[in-house]
This record gives sequence, C-alpha cells and structure tokens, in this order.
Amino acid sequence: MKTIKFLSMLALSAVLFTSCSDDDETPEEVNEEEVITTMTVTLVPQGGGDTITLQSRDIDGDGPGAPEVTVSGSLDGNTTYTGGIVLLNETVTPAEDITEEVAEEDDEHQFFFQTTGSIASIVYGDTDGNGNPVGILFTLNTDTAGAASITITLRHEPKKPNDGTLADAGGETDITQTFDLIIN
Amino acid sequence: MKNLLIIMLLFSTHVYVVAQDCNSSLRGKVMDYHDKTVLSNASILLLEENIQVYSDNNGNYTITNLCDGDYEIEVAHPYCNTLFIPVTVNGETTLDIKLEHHLEELKEVKVIGSTVFDKTNSAQEVVLRTEVLEKFSTASLGDALKELGGVSTLSTGANIVKPAIHGLNGSRVLILNDGVRMQDMEWGDEHAPNIDINSAGTISVVKGASALQYGGDAIGGTIILEQSKFLAKDTLFGNTSINGVSNGSGGNVSSEITKGYNNGFFIKGQASYKRLGDQEAPDYILSNTGIQEIGTSLQFGKRLFEWGFTGRYSYYDAEIAILRASHIGNIDDLIRSINSGQPETILPFTYDLGNPRQKVRHHLGKLNLYKRFEGLGKFNIQYDIQNNRRFEFDVRRGERSDQASIDLELMTHTLSTDFKWDSNESLQLHFGLMGRYQNNFANPATGVRRLIPDYDKYDFGTFLIGEYRLNNAFTLDAGIRYDYTKVDALKFYQTSRWEERGYDVDFPELVIEDRGTQLLTNPVFDYNNISATVGFNYSSGNDNNLKFNYALAQRAPNPAELFSDGLHHSAARIELGDIRITSETSNKLMLSYNHDFKNFGFTVEPYANFINDFIVLEPTGVEFTLRGAFPVWGYRQTHVNLIGLDVSAYSEWTKEWRTEHLFSIVKGKDTENNIALINIPAANFTNSLRFSRQEWKKLELGLQSQYVFRQNEVPPNISVFSPEQQQDIVLDINSSPEAYHILNFNSKMEFEIGKQTLTTSVLVNNLLNTNYREYLNRQRFFADDLGRNIILQLKLNY
Repeated sequence: MKTIKFLSMLALSAVLFTSCSDDDETPEEVNEEEVITTMTVTLVPQGGGDTITLQSRDIDGDGPGAPEVTVSGSLDGNTTYTGGIVLLNETVTPAEDITEEVAEEDDEHQFFFQTTGSIASIVYGDTDGNGNPVGILFTLNTDTAGAASITITLRHEPKKPNDGTLADAGGETDITQTFDLIIN
Repeated sequence: MKNLLIIMLLFSTHVYVVAQDCNSSLRGKVMDYHDKTVLSNASILLLEENIQVYSDNNGNYTITNLCDGDYEIEVAHPYCNTLFIPVTVNGETTLDIKLEHHLEELKEVKVIGSTVFDKTNSAQEVVLRTEVLEKFSTASLGDALKELGGVSTLSTGANIVKPAIHGLNGSRVLILNDGVRMQDMEWGDEHAPNIDINSAGTISVVKGASALQYGGDAIGGTIILEQSKFLAKDTLFGNTSINGVSNGSGGNVSSEITKGYNNGFFIKGQASYKRLGDQEAPDYILSNTGIQEIGTSLQFGKRLFEWGFTGRYSYYDAEIAILRASHIGNIDDLIRSINSGQPETILPFTYDLGNPRQKVRHHLGKLNLYKRFEGLGKFNIQYDIQNNRRFEFDVRRGERSDQASIDLELMTHTLSTDFKWDSNESLQLHFGLMGRYQNNFANPATGVRRLIPDYDKYDFGTFLIGEYRLNNAFTLDAGIRYDYTKVDALKFYQTSRWEERGYDVDFPELVIEDRGTQLLTNPVFDYNNISATVGFNYSSGNDNNLKFNYALAQRAPNPAELFSDGLHHSAARIELGDIRITSETSNKLMLSYNHDFKNFGFTVEPYANFINDFIVLEPTGVEFTLRGAFPVWGYRQTHVNLIGLDVSAYSEWTKEWRTEHLFSIVKGKDTENNIALINIPAANFTNSLRFSRQEWKKLELGLQSQYVFRQNEVPPNISVFSPEQQQDIVLDINSSPEAYHILNFNSKMEFEIGKQTLTTSVLVNNLLNTNYREYLNRQRFFADDLGRNIILQLKLNY
C-alpha cells in the first residue's frame, strides 16, 4: 500500500511539474521572413538611354492591401534592354534581399516571362549549376511601337529543365505580376 | 448442567446430520447496493452442500432443510461481481444480500452488447465494440467511427481523419478520452484527434448535445472512449497484436498488459507503434503520405466498490506527411491541380516524411477519486492536465525546411467534481461542477505570423441532470447546464487588416501598442451559455424501444473562428476569423425507434438540428498579393438546418449467415442565404454479408459493400481573377466528386495455443482497387483516394 501511495504521489508531482511552462508576457512581434513584398525590374537600354523601372510593391504581404504596380516610363522600339530583377522583403528593417536566396537556390527556382504585343523576345541571361535558366538576369528586345505587356512569374521547385511554359514547369508560384508597357 | 446441555445439543445435531433431517432454513432478498432494486435470477450456491437456488422475480431466495452451522455461500448474478459470504445458519435464518448491480458498473457488459446505453437516457447512442475496434488497429479513430450510422469523417488524406457526427465536426464534436475532455486544437480542419485508437476499450457516440455531464457545446455530438473494465481479482492478462499493411508497406505493433489484485489494485500498461511509408492510389504513388505514430499509456489505481482512485498518464506522438502535391502557391496552381486529374508530384516510394508535414504530441495526465455513500450515491472528483504541441512544416525557401511554420503549445488544467444520487429507485440526480484553465503559446521563432495568437481561456461549468423512472417501461429525463467562458488574447494584427475588418471603428479600445505596420491588441471576451435537454425512453418488452430527445446547446466560438488570420497553403486561401462572432445555438430533435424480432431487427433514427448563428467558413472575396490572387475565406454566422436520417437493420438468415445494412443521409442548408451547407456528407449505403462458424476455429468471413452517393447539394463555386489567364475564371472548389462504390473483405480465425489465444485476420480494403474521390477528403482536388490495402493481423491474448 505504501508503494502505491508513493507511486501516485510521484505521478501527481510529475504531472504538476510539467504544467509550469510559458509565461504570460507580451508576445514577440513576428515579421514574415519569407514574404516577398517588392519586385523591382530594371531595364537598361543597351547603347544608352533612360533606365526603365517596373515595380510591384505589396507592403503588407498577405494582408488585405493589393500590390502597387508602377512603370517608370515607356520603352523604345527595336531596342535591346538588359534586364535584372531584385526581390525585397520590406516588412523588416533594413529590407531583406530575397534575390540572394533565390540565387543561392537557383536550381529550385525559375522566372518565367510571358509577353504580349510589341515585345520581340526575352532571353535568359543566367543559368543554374545544371545549365538551366534562372531569369534573375535577362535581355529584352522590343519590337516596333505599340502596346505590350509582360507577366513575370517566379516558381519554386518547378520541373527543371522545362519547355519554358508555366504549364510544363509546375511547382509553386512565389510571385506573379503583369506590367502593361508602351513601346514608342 | 450447562455443559450437559451443550453436549446434548451437539449430540442431537450430530444425530440430525446423520439422519439428513435438518429443519433450518436460509432465506432473504438479493438486491442492488445503491437503490435497493431487487435482483432476480441471482444464483446462491451453498458451497459445503453444493445446493444452488435462484432468486425469484422479487429477489427472494430460500434454501430449506439446512442444518444449523457455519456455511459459505457464493452469490452470483450475470451483471455483478461474484460475492462469497460466510453465514451462520441457526433455525430460520434471514440474510439479505446486497450486490453491486448498477448500470454504471456495467462497462464490461457493454463490451459485448451494443444495446446497453448509459450516457443518456433518451438520445441517439451507438457503441463500437472492442472486436470492431481491433479491426482498425492500424487506422485512425475517425476511420473506426465511420462504421457507425450517422458518423462520417472530414479528412486530409488518409492519415488526418476528423470524426463528424450528423454532419458536424471539429469543436462541435466533443471527445472524451477516459473521462478527460480532449484539448488538442480540434478547431483546424487538418487537426485530427490526438488519440491512439489502440488505447481505447470501447467507444460510445452520443449523436447530439444530450450528454450534458461532459459539456454543453457538443452541437454535433460526443465521442466517449473508455477502458475495458475488469473484475477486482488476482489476475495478469494482456495481448499483443502485430499488423502488416500493404498500402504504405508498413504496419504496427500494439501491446497491453494488466495486473489486477484481489484488493482492488490494478496497473495497466499499453503501447503501440505505427509506421507507414508513402501510400498509393490505384494508379500512382501518393508522394509524401507516410506516418509515424507512437501511443503509450499507463494506468493504475484501486477500484473497490465503495471507493477507489485511478491515475492515468498517456502520451501520443505522431508525425504525418501531407501529400506533396497539395502544397500550392496561388490560385493558378490550384486550378492546374484541379484540372490535371492527377497529382503534380509523383515520386518513387519512400518512408521519408518530407514537407509539408505535421508533428503533434499530446501528454495527458489524470487523477480521479470516487467514494460511494450507501443509500445516497457516488461522489467523484478529478483533476486532469493536458499538454498539446503542434508543429507544421511547410515547403519553404532558404534553410527553413526544418523550421516549423506553425508552432503552438496548448496547456490545459481541469478540475471537475460531481455527485450522483442513485439510491432512489425511480429518481436519479446528477450534479457537477467544472473549472478549466487553458493557455496557448504561439512560438514566434517560426518566422511566420501567428495563425492563432497567445491566449488564456477560463471555463466554468455546472450541470444538473435528472432521470425519473415512471414505471418499468417509461423513463423521463431532463437536464440543464450553464457554461461561462472567458478568452483573454494578445494578438498582433497588421494595421491594414485591422482597418480592413473595420476593427479600428468597432474595437479601438483593444489596441494596446502601435508598432507601425502591426498593432498589438488585447481582445477579452466573455460568453455565457445555457444548454438543456429533455426526453423520454419507452420500452415495451425487450424487443421494442422508442426514444425522443430534445437538446438545446450553445457553443462559444473557438480561437480559430475568432482570430485566425493567414494564408493556408493547402487550400490556397486566406482564412480570416472575426472577433465579432458570438455563441451559436442549436436546437436538436432526435427520435429513435428500435425493434428486434426473432431473426431480424432494425433501428430508425430521424433528427433535425436547427442552428442559429452557425459559424461557417466560406468564400467572401479575393485579395491580391505578389503571389497572385487568393480567395478570402471568412468566418461568418448564419442560420442553418440539418435534417437527416440514420437507418440500420440486421437479419440472421441462418445460424451462420447474417446481413447488416446501414443507410445515412443528412441535408444541410443555410436558410438565411438559401444555399447548401459546405462539407455535408453525401448519403451512403453500407451492406455487409457475414458468415461465422464457431466449430471452424471461430471462422468469420465478411464482405462489405459501401456505396457513397454524389453530394448533389453544394454551395456555388466562386469566380476569381487568374493572373496566368488574365481573366476571371470559375474556381471549381465546391463541386463534388462522382458517387463511388467500394468493397471490403475481412476474415478471422482463432487458435488455442495452450492457455493462449491467437487470432489471425486478413482485411482487404478497397478490394477491387477502385479509383474514387471522397467529397469530405480535402485532398480530393489533388489525388485519388487510397487503392487496395491488404492488412494481416496477428493477435495473441495471454
């Protein structure tokens, strides 16, 4: 009988000890680590001229605010532009450069470009370790004057290599944004 | 002179014995210890003389032609512990015998028959017996309960299975694990109960909020898991079962052992381990669907008739991989998955548990003490403590695959006490009090904004239930319960979300700190809920039973309904709680009619549940992010009706052949908006054919046909803008899959090996390897359900 009492006391105290845990303090603020709030695409005309910046910025991430899309100006016709993409997480200060993460895991990421109107072509300017395109760097060739649009999609863990279409690549969409452009 | 008299007496006695002509007798009444109900058909065995008599309908027994002297009698009754009583017979001797005959103590009897109900008097109840439970040793609690009429499941793949009663699940279904109300974050659709099915002896289901002693908010119903009881005697027994599962190339091992002593003390240990790799649909591997599950429990105590105590500790740990293809980035990914017809990621079989996956563990400790007061009733007091930890791992960028996206720790303490007055033959009263404290801690180290905030929750409840036996056929019952709930949370809102919800206008006082883009708020809410029930049970004879029950129940909103705030990757939706949500109120009417003929029996159970302020999660709009568009699913309140019918029947065609039939249907409607309610189980019809022959090693063969109709009543699909297609498209997320039919086979034989029994079983689920998708499986968008699964079971009882 003594052992029984002892055992039950032991069990009870064990139970009570495990119960003392978290303090009731002000919780720590969490800032999304992985959210991409800002995509900035710079288009530098080869042979001189104005650099054009395309930006999509959604400062509250998955919050209710919609991304703010800006295009700094119009592009010149029949011109080759050197393109580069920068991704930022601006919910933290200083802003975190997500492009670096994408570059480090370039075999698991790929940008896709879909165009309409007066854009002649987009050519990937970089490759991952396996020789497959990534798309942080690219060149864009404009056609004759007119309206155009470009949709930039970043896929995480797509099929690589793929035929360049979103449907074939699969994976999860990290970013997708369409920019309306005017080609002069 | 005195000595002489004694000698003479002795002598004369001796003479009488020799002459076999004693005239003394033993008579008396056998009755129940509690309420003095007389017990008929109790056997009274006079050990020395080997004379056996039975008590009559009034409980009276008589043994005549006895000689004076000391004897020992053995008193036995089908539903009682056998009692040995020494008795001195001297002339006309009277001995009244009190046996522990009481429904509450009959749990070992209930294991055998499913017709003894004691959770409620008049509500619809069903019991899952141990033999049936054993078939599901490798499955989940939900899978096993699905065998019962009116019980369905809401699942996420094959491993995360939530039971639903009469179409309702989650916080509306209360799960009582050996007297402890489970607190395991039941609010999430992909949160299954943290229970190892191998730890339960029997499971009863009350299909409504009528079992007020357990809680007042079980608008769906109550699931009660209990341990098999055993008699207080010196004993050591146990069993070990080994199961091999073909689909998932794994299995489980489960073992339990019980040691009992004559003085009422017992100790029982149980443990089980389960491991499965990727499971398979008929046409492809369901990549990343493995599971590892560990369950163990230790119980000890002393169980005497007049007093006793029990201590219990149980531990559950599961790591569950979730179909890789169900983790998606945005609307277009979802559309692609729905249209492609098969999962996007199909990889070779592996035992690895990759992301997305969840890891949950649950500690449960309880201490229970009871004392019986003769002629009054039973007093019970219990303290229990639960610690629930949940990690969810997503597919993440960077070095974050081992960093959980969700990390919650829920701690619950409950103290409860009750008293049951059961001494009065016709009126029984049950009164109880409950106090509970709960703390949720959301770990900020996830790097993801909290889905559920830190909170403290306080509950207080009190109930009074009465049962009045009008006559042998008619029993009335009524009960009332009051619950108070207070939630005190600390939550960060994005300033933009706070304003979008209009909280800045309605709840400016809740903000305690402005951190720029985020606001720290301190929502504190109280809820006062009343639940009540009234009903009757009418039995004419043994083969006919009619029950009616009305239950009023109120449920306070859970933390997800109030606070959830974030993106859900498996559903490509943003889920938003609403702090304006109030308690929902259910009015449920249940009727149950049961009739048993000689070789045939049926039960018909219609019900209607009218719920005001029903909390429902449904699409409310679209939000745009850099990832693309997401439908927003918001919690809102509406009025709904749930009307349904469960019918079951059996027929014994010959001694060996038996068929069983089960049909369930429920219709759910949002009456405020006149649309169908989401996630209501489709009508289903199950027919089984069974063959059994005792002489052939207790051979049992069974073939079960399950036909699930198409759910024709679903809410409308929603239209969203697709960035990829640059236009509005219809998101086909509410359409239901086709009707399906699957066949299951089972067989069982028993072999005696010395004193041990070896039970062997072969089960084949989805015998024909049918392709199907189930409306209530959240992964139906991405993949087919499980293909054929062959399970081999070996169980050794010792």
